[in-house]
Amino acid sequence: MAHAYTPGLKVMPCTVITKKRLLPIPGKVLAEKGQQVDALDEVALTELPGKVFSINVANKLGVGAAEVAKYMLKKEGDKIEKGEILAETKPFVKWKFLQDLFKSTVEASITGTVESISTVTGQVLLREPPKRLPIKSYITGKIIDITPDFGVTVESEGTFIQGIFGVGGETNGEIVMAADRPDRDLLPEDIKDDYKGKIVIGGRYASLATIKKAIEKGVHALVVGGIDDRDLRLLLGYDIGVAVTGTEKIGITLIVTEGFGTIPMAHGTFELLKSRDGEKASVSGATQIRAGVMRPEIIVPGMPKHINEVKRDQGRGWIEPGDPIRIIREPYFGILGRVKSLPPELTVIGSESKARILEVELDNGEVIVVPRANIEVLEK
Amino acid sequence: MSKQELEVIIATDCGSTTTKAILIEKKDGVYRQTFRGEAPTTVEAPFEDVTKGVLNAITEVEELSGRKLLDGEKIIPNDGKNGADIYVSTSSAGGGLQMMVAGAVKAMTGESAQRCALGAGAIVMDVLATNDGRAGHEKIERIRQLRPDMMLLSGGTDGGTVTHVVELAQFLKSADPKPRLGASYKLPVIYAGNNKAQDKIKEILGDSTALIITENLRPSLERENLMPARHKIHDIFLEHVMQQAPGYPKLMKMVGAPIMPTPAAVGTMTEKFAKANNYNVLAVDIGGATTDVFSVFNGIFNRTVSANLGMSYSVSNVMAEAGLPNLLRWLTYGKIEEQDLRNRLKNKMIRPTTIPQTIQDLQIEHAAAREALRLAFEQHKALAVGLKGVQQERSISDAFEQTASGQSLIDVMKLNYIIGSGGILAHSPRRMQSMQMMIDAYQPEGVTMIAVDSIFMMPHLGVLSQLSEKAALDVFYNDCLVRLGTCIAPKGTAKKEGEKILDWKVVTPDGKEQTGELYSGDMVHIPFDAPEAKIIAKPAKGFDMGAGKGHEVEAHIEGGVVGLVFDGRGRPFSMPQNKEERIAKLKKWYTALDMYPAAAMDD
Repeated sequence: MAHAYTPGLKVMPCTVITKKRLLPIPGKVLAEKGQQVDALDEVALTELPGKVFSINVANKLGVGAAEVAKYMLKKEGDKIEKGEILAETKPFVKWKFLQDLFKSTVEASITGTVESISTVTGQVLLREPPKRLPIKSYITGKIIDITPDFGVTVESEGTFIQGIFGVGGETNGEIVMAADRPDRDLLPEDIKDDYKGKIVIGGRYASLATIKKAIEKGVHALVVGGIDDRDLRLLLGYDIGVAVTGTEKIGITLIVTEGFGTIPMAHGTFELLKSRDGEKASVSGATQIRAGVMRPEIIVPGMPKHINEVKRDQGRGWIEPGDPIRIIREPYFGILGRVKSLPPELTVIGSESKARILEVELDNGEVIVVPRANIEVLEK
Repeated sequence: MSKQELEVIIATDCGSTTTKAILIEKKDGVYRQTFRGEAPTTVEAPFEDVTKGVLNAITEVEELSGRKLLDGEKIIPNDGKNGADIYVSTSSAGGGLQMMVAGAVKAMTGESAQRCALGAGAIVMDVLATNDGRAGHEKIERIRQLRPDMMLLSGGTDGGTVTHVVELAQFLKSADPKPRLGASYKLPVIYAGNNKAQDKIKEILGDSTALIITENLRPSLERENLMPARHKIHDIFLEHVMQQAPGYPKLMKMVGAPIMPTPAAVGTMTEKFAKANNYNVLAVDIGGATTDVFSVFNGIFNRTVSANLGMSYSVSNVMAEAGLPNLLRWLTYGKIEEQDLRNRLKNKMIRPTTIPQTIQDLQIEHAAAREALRLAFEQHKALAVGLKGVQQERSISDAFEQTASGQSLIDVMKLNYIIGSGGILAHSPRRMQSMQMMIDAYQPEGVTMIAVDSIFMMPHLGVLSQLSEKAALDVFYNDCLVRLGTCIAPKGTAKKEGEKILDWKVVTPDGKEQTGELYSGDMVHIPFDAPEAKIIAKPAKGFDMGAGKGHEVEAHIEGGVVGLVFDGRGRPFSMPQNKEERIAKLKKWYTALDMYPAAAMDD
């Protein structure tokens, strides 16, 4: 049977999810293999070296760089308090009041330690105390592996849904359905007062006003079919040029499941989220489309009510006649259909390019031709 | 095996997504590319071994050519019927070579260090300098955040002040940077600054980094000496960076010449081509994420990479940097709204593998390509400059032409040849679209030949040229370049539309002549496929073809799959501000050039 490779987003009712939770620099692992952890538990901890600040002591004292060491009151490695005197000149006068009058001093600009004293540049580097950097489990599950000094691997069984694009980092909360249908716009008035700390699921579109209302109400994450790029720009204050996100600090994590514009949320995605209404989920908006694709995700531990089988990710990456698909480019952007056939030969398409195509049968029975590159398979 | 004996060559380029193999064979004294194969690159999980993709690509060449090349994971020596004399490869897989550079003064040693690293094929993640406007702690934070493959530290002229470069070294030590790959080994740091500071640098960085000391890349303000540092970058790329990449130690044993970073190989090929023909050349590779620009002007090579200008992953950034009006100015559709265009480009960014299905969508991609090419060229012009900070001796005549030091080396009037590569230029449905995108983006002046490298063979040929220049150039002329034709564009602006600005005559080597005139505001396409010919162009008063206003020029030209494009829009050319007028002009030009089907250019 003819089939072709295609990328697709994962929408899985119950699967095995593993997450590596690693520190950026070595530290201490706080959990043990086999231990059950909650999403908010800290599993590893490290200390980030403090920021370094420089002071040109030679300039401030008006002495040569080579002489700096002899005027220093503190040595490399010494602890210092903000405002404490680091270095001073000693005028050659007898009386103390004159000494005080003529001496120059340099004070520490921060609290921390003396990192280095240079007799070439006359520069003294001060370092702030280290910062505590814990890493949380992010998902509720079991520790199945330890990476010494760096962290753990957590495994969980549950619902796994990928979006196409997101902004904002990891968060948690209870799922609440704010739209009754996947093809309905989410309006500002749909955001209720008691949605604080929740993961709010909308329909096909959220405007800037809706997103702002959600931020105002303290919603942890908002999941919708589509948003407008102009609204995203207004929300962030800049244009996202390259799709590497996850570190935005806008007071909410935003996940778009379908794309930019007004696009109904895929029926399967919407129904699956609905089946987990009221349950706790882990959500991340982090997206990276270059070199090691990362998509935003919603993870709900445990099985949905009507499911009793765990389906492992088979990594199926092909399409066959009968597969439900979504078209992801103009002129049919967002339209759903089923694969009718996959002709093997290159075909001239509307842009006059030659491309591999497929025939798609729409719900109304109409058959259209689309390049294979322009579709996504929906989970069956 | 000596260089003269090369008869059969197999070459691969390991890109981020695809590994491409080509077979080159010598037939009747001329080298030709005979077969090619490709396979997905296997650097990432689950394979994590680049040689798997390489073997797959070579296997495809074996199947197509019927020539056995592999014995397990080894290349069979050429026995006349099977095997190859040599195997060479380039690589940009795994993100290429990522570097951070530092210099004392941003516009002087900072810029020289940047040119040095770019020319070696690296992506420059950041340029640190004493006067870059960042406080010490901000510099240290930045060094720590980025995890380069290696760092190039320069600063000061030989015997000059050591303070600045020592300060940079101290910042570097405090940041304690980690390399991108292999957290266990020390970050390689190449020191190519003031020779008087070498001992101090050793003292500061000797223990905490893998320090390599080489000649100063700016020994005096008047002189750049980039090659020793570039060689060190290549050595470290092979010894440290490649060793950490999955499967590369194995690949390094398979090749018969050192693996080159892909952009370095393209640069080498561009240089060889320019030198062999005594041309000024501009070569561009526009990809999904980045755009590389190479130029050779008066024998001086420069390369820049615009890391966030590309056609898919970075297309949204093209919109952000160029601005929507600059994209919209190339479209014949008046009803496309800003909102719609924004969403379309973002959707391309999040689904980078989709392709245009309609002429309207194709025009949008072509508009984005022109702007990406234009912006990358602007960045290139800003870096491809003469040395800054050099004292210039001026005569009385110079006093009237007050040029500062650090002028751009790029002069589009003196540009002889443009070579385009990358999907959007190499695979346009109509070749005229590729040619016109480059003309609009670069606005060449006078006579400029244009070609595309349709299967991106320049990396393979660049690495091969290190062993056999003849083999590389033979294949480059015969199989790599798809000649589009020549653009003829008088420089100047007309007082009114429709006035005659050029008389021209084209003479082929067999004596055939063709003549014509060009009027301001017109674009004219003359199909012409003779491989070479001569043009005699006499511009009107006020217009320049390279010999001064109103002066006749005679120049060598090439025909090609497009032919000759006479551009009467003037230089610099500006688009009408009024939307209806602009769309009418675009339709007139696109129709004259047969760029798009006429019926599909309306809303």
